[in-house]
Amino acid sequence: MCLAVPGQVESIRDDTGVRMGRVNFGGVVKDVCLAYLPDVAVGDFTIVHVGFALSRIDESAARETLRTFTESGLLDEQVAELPATDAVTEAAPP
Amino acid sequence: MKHLAEYRDAAMARRLAAEIGRIASRSWAIMEVCGGQTHSIIRNGIDEILSPQLELIHGPGCPVCVTPVEMIDRALAIARRPEVIFCSFGDMLRVPGSREDLFRVKAAGGDVRVVYSPLDAVAIARARPDREVVFLAIGFETTAPANAMAAKVARAAGLRNFSLLVSHVLVPPALGAIMQSPDNRVQAFLAAGHVCSVMGTREYPAIVKRFGVPIVVTGFEPLDLLEGIRRAVVQLEAGRAELDNAYSRVVTERGNEAAQAVLAEVFEPVDRAWRGIGTIPTSGWRLGCGYREFDAEERFPVAEIHAAESPLCRAGDVLKGTLKPNQCPAFCRECTPRTPLGATMVSSEGACAAYFNAGRLPDGSPPHGSPGAEAGG
Repeated sequence: MCLAVPGQVESIRDDTGVRMGRVNFGGVVKDVCLAYLPDVAVGDFTIVHVGFALSRIDESAARETLRTFTESGLLDEQVAELPATDAVTEAAPP
Repeated sequence: MKHLAEYRDAAMARRLAAEIGRIASRSWAIMEVCGGQTHSIIRNGIDEILSPQLELIHGPGCPVCVTPVEMIDRALAIARRPEVIFCSFGDMLRVPGSREDLFRVKAAGGDVRVVYSPLDAVAIARARPDREVVFLAIGFETTAPANAMAAKVARAAGLRNFSLLVSHVLVPPALGAIMQSPDNRVQAFLAAGHVCSVMGTREYPAIVKRFGVPIVVTGFEPLDLLEGIRRAVVQLEAGRAELDNAYSRVVTERGNEAAQAVLAEVFEPVDRAWRGIGTIPTSGWRLGCGYREFDAEERFPVAEIHAAESPLCRAGDVLKGTLKPNQCPAFCRECTPRTPLGATMVSSEGACAAYFNAGRLPDGSPPHGSPGAEAGG
């Protein structure tokens, strides 16, 4: 029920006093209420639940999260490539 | 699709799961609160790639599942009225009341309609001033802003033929109730990311402190879930209990303050009965006094509800995390998505439906029904 989908704001309009917009979900474009995101702009990504945009996706936080994944993954790969002992100085180049 | 595909990388998921396995020195039980997280975990087999030391307990975060049977019966009684157009999210139509469900009311001639957004129900009310339009407003804090806006828009438009049957529930009081339950095994929570996108995280430090339980705000994609689990295990292993946010691209500490302001305007706190669990103090919202004129319970009084649950259904134990769906004696036997005994078997977020659709069969004798047939919907 609380599933919400990321989409990109394509346009913003006023619909009888309610802030509405068109949001593109990977090619499917839907009408979405933007009343709860007064600062969202065309081009922003937002999380949409039952026709309402609830949160603007923070691009720098998203990059930071992905960097964390990648670093832990790389670290794992390096560990896996290492011989079992005495190889700390042999760490793989970046 | 951006902001989805990058969090579904299978190789990365295996690496994160392996890292969690290296960190965990003993067994831990972690509850994912939200039913959407449960479905993602089961559909993606996340519990199966984790070290067997780690148990994921499925939480009560499925609003369809915890809506009390009395409220379903009330909805059915209102939906049967000839002047009513009864609007609902699709999830609710097959939820069993005491004797029938909304699909049966529709089949018997009731005007029951599925809407995507509560604003669609308001639009129907605008277009049909000759009919009474009732919207079944269920959900957690994620859905409440949409339902509150429907009431606000209806009032601004002067609609007199629109009302809401409200059964909203709130996450933080449920976490307290779980921790105080005598058979509780939960040692850490993955908090529901989208609830927090609305409410922020300021309600949780008090729960962390009171119960000494780590809480990690967590998203819904496989890598989000694994990262939430990893951070919970790091805290558990270190003997720490803190609030952490593993879903920072969506959730801020303050949450969506514009939505919170409308929620405070439209709703007020109320004690709420949770199906299968019981009444939890101040665990829900109802329409506040400024919006009581839109309350369908007052507009359509329903007398004499004799609610009855199936005696075989163990949904309450599933919702509290003390029983896995495939440990229920009725699972896949008397109870399937086509013949559900409880809401957890029909909701798209119910734990029983998640297990059925993933073919997680009970041990022992072969089941009736056809697990897997309804997957991919």
